[in-house]
Amino acid sequence: MRWIKEIETFWTLFTAPTVWALHFLVCYVAVAVYCAKQGALAMSFETMRWLLGGITVAALAVIVLSAWLAWRQWGFGTEVPPHDAPTQDDRRKFQGFATLLLSGLSFVSVLYVTVPLFFIGACQS
Amino acid sequence: MVVGGAIIWALVVGLLLYAGHARREPITARKASWLILGGGVAFPVIVLFCLLAYAVWLMPQIRPFMPALMDNKPQIEATGEQFWWRLRYLDDGGNTAFETANELRLPVGERTTFRLKAADVIHSFWIPSLGGKMDMIPGRDNVLSLEPTKTGVYRAPCAEFCGTSHALMAFSVIVMERPDFDAWRQSRIEAAAMPQPAHPGRDLFFRHGCAACHTIAGTPAIGRIGPDLTRIGERQTIAAGTLANTKDNIARFIREPDAIKPGVEMPAFGMLPDGDIEAIAAWLGGLK
Ligand code: HEC
Ligand SMILES: [Cu+2]
Repeated sequence: MRWIKEIETFWTLFTAPTVWALHFLVCYVAVAVYCAKQGALAMSFETMRWLLGGITVAALAVIVLSAWLAWRQWGFGTEVPPHDAPTQDDRRKFQGFATLLLSGLSFVSVLYVTVPLFFIGACQS
Repeated sequence: MVVGGAIIWALVVGLLLYAGHARREPITARKASWLILGGGVAFPVIVLFCLLAYAVWLMPQIRPFMPALMDNKPQIEATGEQFWWRLRYLDDGGNTAFETANELRLPVGERTTFRLKAADVIHSFWIPSLGGKMDMIPGRDNVLSLEPTKTGVYRAPCAEFCGTSHALMAFSVIVMERPDFDAWRQSRIEAAAMPQPAHPGRDLFFRHGCAACHTIAGTPAIGRIGPDLTRIGERQTIAAGTLANTKDNIARFIREPDAIKPGVEMPAFGMLPDGDIEAIAAWLGGLK
C-alpha cells in the first residue's frame, strides 16, 4: 500500500475509535428510528439488519486499514516497545504502536456492538 | 452456574498454587508475549463474546416483545406503587379475575407472562431466583415472562430506588404445583361471592374508614388506594415483605405504619383505642 502516503499527525491515533463510535451511533439510531416509525418506512427489519451488517463490514475494513497503517508506522514490529527515547523516530513508533492497539480494541468493540444484530429479529411492540 | 463457578475457582486456586510452588526460571520474551496475548487478550475477548452472545440470545425469550411470541398473553398484571405491589390475575379475556398484593403465586414448570406497570415513580420488578429484572415505568406497559422450575418460596425486592421506603418494598413468590395453584386461583375467584362472617374487627374496620382504601372480597370494602387485603392471613409477610405476618405486627402496622415504613401512604391509626386495633388485627390475621 505504497499509495497511502505516510502522514505524520497526532489525529490518526483516533481513526479506529472514531469509526467504532460512528458505527455504534449508526446502529443505535437506525434501529431506534426504524422501530419508532414502524411501517412508515418501506423496509423490512430484515433489510435493515442486512444494511447494518454491510455498514459493520465497512467499519471493520476501515479499522483493519487503520491497523495496517499503524503497523507500518510502527515499523512492522521490527523494534519492541517502549519507544521512549526523545527522538522523532521513537515518537513515530510509539504512536504507531498505540494506534495499532487502539485499532484492535475498536475492532473487538465493533464486533460486540454487532451481536444484537444476529439475535434480535424484530422491534419491541 | 455453580459447576461453572467451581471450575473457575479450582482453576484460579490451581494457578495460584502453581505460581507459588513452581521453580522460578525466566521464560523467553517470545513465550511471555504469547502468554500475554493469549491469556490477557484473546481469552477474555472470546469468553466475553460468548457470554454476551448467550445473554442476547436469551433475551427474546425472557422479554417476549417479539410479535412471534406476543401470543402468550399476560396472565398477571403487576403494578409498582410506593411502596407495595398491586397484583392482578387476569382471565383469558385479559380482564381482572381477582386482585391481591405483595404475594405472588405461580405454577411450576410453566411460563407466566407479566404486564408490568407503575402508578407513581419507576420501580423495578425482580425475582432474582427466577430471572432478570425489568423496570416498571409510569405510563408504559412492559412485558416480562418467567418460568419457575422448582417449587418453593422466593423473595423479590424492588430493584429501582423509588423513595424513602424503597428498601422495604418486596414481595414473596410462592411457586406451587399446578393443581394446588388452580385450587388456590379458583378459591380466590370464588372469594368475591362468599360473604365474610360477622366479627367485631370487621365492624371496626368499616367504622374507622379502612374500607376507603382497602378491598376485602366478600365484604362491602372496595377501596382502591391501598393493597387488597383479601385473605391477608394466608400471606407470608405484611407491608410488602417488611414484617412477618403475625397479629401483633398487623396491629403495629395499623398503629404506626410511618415508623415501620418512612414515607408510607397509609395514615397512622395510633389514636384508636388499643382494643379496636387488636380486634381489627385479629380479624385481618384470621382472613384465610
Ligand atoms: C389513605 C388510605 C388508607 C387508609 C385509610 C388505610 N390504609 Fe392500610 N394501607 C394503605 C396503603 C397505601 C398501604 C400500603 C403501605 C405500604 O406497604 O407501603 C396500606 C397497607 C396496609 C396493610 C398491609 C397490607 C399488606 O399488603 O401487607 C394493612 C394490614 C393495612 N393497611 C390495614 C389498614 C387498616 C386496618 C386500616 C384502618 C384502620 C387502614 N389500613 C387504613 C392505605 C390506607
Ligand atoms: Cu419500588
